[in-house]
Amino acid sequence: GCFVFKPSTKKRRSSEKTAHDFRSRSDDSEDTELRFVTCQSLWNQIKSETEQIQEDLNKQLLDNLVNFLSRSHSEFQEKTTEWTCRMKFREIPTAALVLGVNVTDHDLTFRGLSDVLQDNITPYIALLEAKDCLGIKNLMQKLMGQLMNCDIDVDSLEDEDCVQVSQNRIRCSMSSLISWYESVTKKTDSETPSKKRNSSSRHWQSPPVVVIFKDMESFTTKVLQDFIAISSQHIHELPLVLIFGIATSPMIIHRLLPHSVSSLLCIELFQSLSCKEHLSTIIDKLLLTSRFPFKLGEKVLQVLINIFLYHDFSVQNFIKGFQLCIVEHFYSQPLSVLCCQLVDVKKRVYSLSHDQCENIRRLPSFRRYVEKQESGKQIELLTNDSFLKEETEKLLEDLHVYHENYVSILRCLHVFTSSLPKYPLGKQIRELHCACLESRVWETEEYESSLQLARMLNKTDLVTMLQQCVEILMSSSGKEFDKTVEKLKEFLTQFQNLEEASQERDVSVSSQKELQKKTDLYHLQKTLLELKESRRSKKLTKFEMLRFEVVDYIDSLVRKYLVPADDRTLHEIVYFNAATVLRGHLNAAPRTALHTALNNPHWYLKNQALKCDGGGISNKAPDICIVYKLHLECGRLINLVDWLEAFSTVVMAAEEPNADGASSDQVDDIIHARFIRAVSELELLGFIKPSKQKTDHVARLTWGGC
Amino acid sequence: MSRPEGTRSSRRSLQVKFVPDEDVLKHIADDAGTKVRKDKAQLSITMKRFVKKLENISDNEAQEILEEKNYVAALGVCAQDPVGNGSNISGGEVYSFQTPKRSSKMAELASELAQTPEQNVTPDHSKCPEKMAKTPQSNSNFLGAEIVWKCNLKKKEFVSTTPYRLRKRLAAPDPYLESESEYSASCSEEEDEEDQKEVSTVLSSQKIPGRTKAASTPPPRNSLAKKIKEQKMGNLVEEYFEAHSSSKVLTSDRTLQKLQKRRLNQQTLHDLLKKAPLAYAAEIRDLNQQHESLFSKWMLQLHLGFNIVLYGLGSKRDLLEKFRTSLLQNSVHLVVNGYFPSITVRSILNSITEEVLDHIGTFRSPLDQLEFIIKRFKEDSSLELYVLIHNLDSQMLRGERSQQILAQLSSLPSIYLIASIDHINAPLMWDQAKLSLYNWLWYETTTFSPYVEETSYENSLLVQQSGSLALSSLMHVLHSLTLNARGIFRLLAQHQLEKKDNPSYPGLSFHDFYQQCREAFLVNSDLTLRAQLTEFRDHKLIRTKRGADGVEYLLIPVDDSTLTDFLEKEDEDV
Repeated sequence: GCFVFKPSTKKRRSSEKTAHDFRSRSDDSEDTELRFVTCQSLWNQIKSETEQIQEDLNKQLLDNLVNFLSRSHSEFQEKTTEWTCRMKFREIPTAALVLGVNVTDHDLTFRGLSDVLQDNITPYIALLEAKDCLGIKNLMQKLMGQLMNCDIDVDSLEDEDCVQVSQNRIRCSMSSLISWYESVTKKTDSETPSKKRNSSSRHWQSPPVVVIFKDMESFTTKVLQDFIAISSQHIHELPLVLIFGIATSPMIIHRLLPHSVSSLLCIELFQSLSCKEHLSTIIDKLLLTSRFPFKLGEKVLQVLINIFLYHDFSVQNFIKGFQLCIVEHFYSQPLSVLCCQLVDVKKRVYSLSHDQCENIRRLPSFRRYVEKQESGKQIELLTNDSFLKEETEKLLEDLHVYHENYVSILRCLHVFTSSLPKYPLGKQIRELHCACLESRVWETEEYESSLQLARMLNKTDLVTMLQQCVEILMSSSGKEFDKTVEKLKEFLTQFQNLEEASQERDVSVSSQKELQKKTDLYHLQKTLLELKESRRSKKLTKFEMLRFEVVDYIDSLVRKYLVPADDRTLHEIVYFNAATVLRGHLNAAPRTALHTALNNPHWYLKNQALKCDGGGISNKAPDICIVYKLHLECGRLINLVDWLEAFSTVVMAAEEPNADGASSDQVDDIIHARFIRAVSELELLGFIKPSKQKTDHVARLTWGGC
Repeated sequence: MSRPEGTRSSRRSLQVKFVPDEDVLKHIADDAGTKVRKDKAQLSITMKRFVKKLENISDNEAQEILEEKNYVAALGVCAQDPVGNGSNISGGEVYSFQTPKRSSKMAELASELAQTPEQNVTPDHSKCPEKMAKTPQSNSNFLGAEIVWKCNLKKKEFVSTTPYRLRKRLAAPDPYLESESEYSASCSEEEDEEDQKEVSTVLSSQKIPGRTKAASTPPPRNSLAKKIKEQKMGNLVEEYFEAHSSSKVLTSDRTLQKLQKRRLNQQTLHDLLKKAPLAYAAEIRDLNQQHESLFSKWMLQLHLGFNIVLYGLGSKRDLLEKFRTSLLQNSVHLVVNGYFPSITVRSILNSITEEVLDHIGTFRSPLDQLEFIIKRFKEDSSLELYVLIHNLDSQMLRGERSQQILAQLSSLPSIYLIASIDHINAPLMWDQAKLSLYNWLWYETTTFSPYVEETSYENSLLVQQSGSLALSSLMHVLHSLTLNARGIFRLLAQHQLEKKDNPSYPGLSFHDFYQQCREAFLVNSDLTLRAQLTEFRDHKLIRTKRGADGVEYLLIPVDDSTLTDFLEKEDEDV
């Protein structure tokens, strides 16, 4: 079944090839090379950025772990003989690392962890996965293999023999492990100090042996129990530290291990960063910044976030989706050559070819823009390439400025909306971002209600929010915000002044006192009504007026700066909007595709004969569709003979309405063959399987209407 | 409440006898609608009793009804599934355990096949095939399937089952639509009777009660279904197990043998299919061209670290083959035919180590081998390998361990994997961890091309084929045995054939067999017989099973027709 094909010719280098692939489709445009380079550099930038983020976020956790590890065997180091320590010696120090359900991201964390440990604590690290450790024997094998290999690595690769030995798995027992450990540590001691100085300064004399169980939940209980029980016997000789990677909850340790075993562990709990926070940081750093020219459209972002929230919680996958977006964008949009840093824009715009200029003219957003210009300019734009280039450059700069402003104001708005009760515009900034991208946010109901809520904020909150906004705007790179900052500061001072003038409030307080005197229900009601009346008509207090002013001002900022990107000219160049493509590639629905193909072949085969209104299909449909349709009518078992007959009836009706009556009682061989083929295809697709229950029957594997 | 029932059931029996076709039509058009509407409400309350009554009635009538054209029509009702338009179907409709149509009772579920009569408004097709083709109405005579298809356009009232689920979605259902299934039941019975005269083939008695019952149940079903809909189908799961718990299956007992049809072997099948023209060749070509335009994109994405998986109806083998020949000629690539019945992960790994990496030597386990490969690929960055797997979801590769190994392979940056899947449940093979290793990009490539290669292997086919190969292997093995051994096997085969009508035949007990063999002078001690049987068992010629009483039973795991053929052949030889 396997065939290897080897080319006779020498192959080209891979990077060349990739560029070549990029080129081959859009041969019309000569910028592909440049586009590909831009795409790659952008992606690399983003990749390193995300790695940096990941590292920063995990730093805290790793520090804690390192701390714990260095503490855990200090007794062993000092060789203390205190009684309490002796007691404790039976316990294996264990770190339970709660990582969350996003299993796919764990690998990265573990990699970071083992790197850090290697650098700071110990060279002896073994990473174990459940799939390799079906029994205690496999586990020991794996463990020793990893430990001894790493030993070799540290000792700067001795001979091949040594590798061979470890391949042969000397004898996998705890005692051999201990003797190995002793020899290794002794060797380090005795070795010439000149060579070992470096490593021994990093590690201690007798570094602990760290065993990491990557996916604790999938290990069989027996293996874990045995391993822990055995190694706890030898903890005196072998400073072992366990790290459990846990995806669910720490409770699982106690569920997996009986008390007798878990009492041998001295567990400390570590919580890794939640994946949602991680995602927020990623979005914050990658999307809500003007550093990267490439942007995601609303729908695309929504798709990515939905995959994250409803499918895997995996930040890795989110980033993968992001990568796909970048690739798709640069691949499919010839103008994406302009999707670069602002400094390069000018050069690139002026080197555009005529075709590319035509491409610009074809952009819907650009056409809208042209229509708005006066007629003289319109003609210029549509006919004069160099004029167009100038204009394009200007527009792209505008777009850049728009982004800078957008981000700052978005953050300001988020300061307000994230503290409102019930979060009408969402708690996370990403939700707000989506809402703003989708449509004019100020036209939505949610925005309306959040403004209303903002008008009811108390003073302290309002002041802190304004302060936050000032900070955000000050730190932003946009130049237009000087005035805004001034204005906001002015508001702040006004609030300050209010405090002094707040004595006026007594009036209303006195009226409330009056209220308390009344005991009669009727009067009470009456006064309440009066109060209400007066409040409605009453002039607003100064504070209230000021609050209104602030909210109105924020509103005006929103209206000015948070225009959805779709309204901006040339947004197609930097925004990727093909959400369906993305969804099709990342979150495909193979069953739906099958279902559609079988039920409605016309969807794929554009033939008039297949066209059918309603839910049905024509009897001229491909064989497999007919067979499928027929089988839907059956219960759990299907009689092949009846099925065949039904099939041949349908097929013959489709083919020859006036066929000979004589041939109808004997099924044609060809039809029989076609039937067999269709049925075996259905079997391949998993709709039916042969059944032994009754002769010549097949069992249906799908249940119900699908 | 009981009165309408009474009248209804009596009317039913009357109709069976007297009402002619045209009247049925008229009947449904005029008074049925109004009447039934009245009934319906009441029925929904008392339907259980009603079902019982109907069952009684149908028992009486059981003998007279029944022919297969109805069944054919039942099978043919295709439009039953209103879901399938376009690709924007919601997931729930595709995936769920949906049984709205026959959601209620086991009886109904088992007798789905008998839904036929409902829309089989017209006489048997053998009567007047030509006429039928012309007018829509007579067209519907032809078979149920067509009825529904055409009727969707023309005579909505007649399509009973089809629009049912559609109807449910309508806010204000049309009374006509509501009523039709109830009345179609009666007209179908009338029709049954008519057909019965003409139809030659008579179904076995087992089928009859079930079918008739079902023929008369539709009215309660309708209302019941409605009720259930109100309960939002809460107990679907229970229903599923209920439906699957009963071992009794009501299908006809006909077998392929009775068709007097010779079994096709692989070769003739292939030849026959060659003769049959491929339908919609032009459209399929268009489809393929669309997919082919993506080739360079695939290459790009493969190089960027993604792997590609193709799904969709139709064989993707040719497409991948084309991809291979057009783009991979200059690079090392490995083609894996996953559908091949004896493929294993081991053989894939072997071909990588032996042929791609030129490594001589064996490995203790696939995991070791994998490690070796990973190491080699990491060391040498100039190594590149394209792996094409046809049917990644095949029987042999779908196991957890194989998938794990393949996933790890594919996660190597210099191994580019492009694979195809076909099985509806294929995506279930992968958990999150494997998915992230695979790093798939999904591409829908519906080709509609027939799965020629994929289904051409013996074990992927249904009974039709299994005969020839099993027979040839039987003959082959037997010919290499001693005369006595062949005699022993013959004895067993003959005995099994004698008992072929007994479905619960457990096999021949060892003791009886020994007696028979002694009588035929084939063996002289039970030790010799045991030695012989061991040999048979090693060649998978027989199977032994221990019965409840501890007695050993012997069985030849080959179907009866093959066995008959075998005996005939043996006779020829001797």
